[in-house]
Amino acid sequence: MLRVSNLSYKYKSGPQILKNVSFELEGGVCMGVLGNNGAGKSTMLKCLNRILHAKSGEVWLDDKMLLNLPQREIAKKVAFVSQSVPSTQMTVHDMVMLGRRPYMSWGFSEQDHKIAHECMEKLCIEHLRGRYLNELSGGERQKVMLARALAQQPKLLLLDEPTSSLDIKNQYQVLEIVRDFCDNLGITAMAVLHDINLALRFCDKLLLLKDGKATGYGGRDILDRETLKDVYDVSAEIRDVQHCKLLVVD
Amino acid sequence: MNLGKSSSANNGSSIEIAPEADYKQKRLRNISFLIGLFALLVVSVLVSLRAGSYDTPTLELVRGILGKAHDPKINTIVINNRLPRILTALISGAGLGISGCVLQAILRNPLASSSTLGVSQGAGFGAAFAIIVLNAGVSAGAGAAAIPLCAFAGSMAVAFTILGLSKISRVTPEGIVLAGVAISSIFTGATTLIQYFANEIQLATLVFWTFGNLGSTDMREILMMSAVIFPASAYFFYHRWDYNALLSGTETAVSLGINVSRLTLINMIVCCFVASTIVSNIGLIAFIGLVAPHLVRLVVGNNHVYLLPGSMLGGATLLLLGDLFSRIAISPIILPIGAITSFLGGPLFLYLLFKGGSRRAES
Repeated sequence: MLRVSNLSYKYKSGPQILKNVSFELEGGVCMGVLGNNGAGKSTMLKCLNRILHAKSGEVWLDDKMLLNLPQREIAKKVAFVSQSVPSTQMTVHDMVMLGRRPYMSWGFSEQDHKIAHECMEKLCIEHLRGRYLNELSGGERQKVMLARALAQQPKLLLLDEPTSSLDIKNQYQVLEIVRDFCDNLGITAMAVLHDINLALRFCDKLLLLKDGKATGYGGRDILDRETLKDVYDVSAEIRDVQHCKLLVVD
Repeated sequence: MNLGKSSSANNGSSIEIAPEADYKQKRLRNISFLIGLFALLVVSVLVSLRAGSYDTPTLELVRGILGKAHDPKINTIVINNRLPRILTALISGAGLGISGCVLQAILRNPLASSSTLGVSQGAGFGAAFAIIVLNAGVSAGAGAAAIPLCAFAGSMAVAFTILGLSKISRVTPEGIVLAGVAISSIFTGATTLIQYFANEIQLATLVFWTFGNLGSTDMREILMMSAVIFPASAYFFYHRWDYNALLSGTETAVSLGINVSRLTLINMIVCCFVASTIVSNIGLIAFIGLVAPHLVRLVVGNNHVYLLPGSMLGGATLLLLGDLFSRIAISPIILPIGAITSFLGGPLFLYLLFKGGSRRAES
């Protein structure tokens, strides 16, 4: 279980980006973080695993104060998939092995190789094992990043706009994989998303951020006309279309 | 559980190669390349041993390394002249190659090298100070040891200046490179100012020092360089996967448990220390630290597991071949090694860069 209380962040010489954000999340739940550009979504994600150092607040994961742990220990519990997917001359195998970096000492063990192999199998990227990342499509590279994150054996998976550079088919595939991590592996996932329809389809819970403040938290039903106007400044509503909730802008 | 089942069908990858075979093929190619590079290095050592006015069979020269050649003259030539020169080239080249590779990784800048950070310019200023202000090395035995000492102090001053700046204002890797350019400019200007007040002999001594010289080191200095470069290389190799993580960006590296700012600072200091030790002993050798990692990268890719040893072997081979060329091009005159490495390394680098670029574009 993840418990975040009064999380705040401020750049050294800039405005306060995050203001006392609090929420609780059960294990195996997928949460979408929504809000306009500059609302503090990515900042909040980065504060959770200390990529950025929160000014104040607490983050508890399974009764452990996450922010007090050494970075390497955090990396064993929390995996992060950045919005920028690297395109480098490094094989898929080596990139997935990086997920075992928090566990390695001088070199990788047989167990590390086995886990990385299993992760590649789970994401069906085994056939790409010997290919360089810069030879892959954006969707394939994102799956490699997810396999690398899975190799960390995390309890919490943070995804910063994981679908921003993908076509529709790959967007759905990537989020289906994340959904599967939650349902079958019990991983708690938090994804910053700009596409509300994707959030409605794949996320159990939604956190709405505006100007660094949490303006709403709950199930899909928190997205009503009033909230959408407040958070996004658009006139829109959520409609049921063939048993699916869809955003329709006026 | 299997996820993303249709991944292979919908992507842009059309080449179907057995995954295991493809990965093992790349691994084998990388290891073969390193072995080939090592073999080239051994051949270069043997050719370099032979090069010189005293023509001798290679086997005799190899015996001469152990002091067991039949002709005592060969023992003397090998042990006092050719072997120290070769060892200096090997150790210095390896050190410049690996430190250049690490600097490129931690600063995320393909143009990073000890020269970019101003370490060479700091050493140049230190040498100029020793020669012109302290009047060292102008006449035989006149405080010649002051030159490497001052060169070392100058280059380490650069390293500590950058370290100080980083500590005070959390400079980014890009900022460090720019700070290095600014510091280089300051030291180059200071060196020019000192030169303005030098006499002809001092100027000649300084110019000769900046040419670089692999023939001026003795066994004690070679051992001292080894004592710095080999432990530093072991330290770099220990962090090989950290450099790989940095390829995915700082945020990903932090999320993998790496203290990126500490890694950057410590590695930068160790790299500067290695480069300072080398340039203070053999003078300014440009381009090896920049070109060796890039040449190796063209074959083995960006995995530092192969790139680090490859850069060491590549740097050592390049410097040794450069030295060999400088000795035999217009023998018996020995050309300045610093100029040779730049003169030959530049076109080679350009050729491989554009050849590699066009090959990548074709694929």
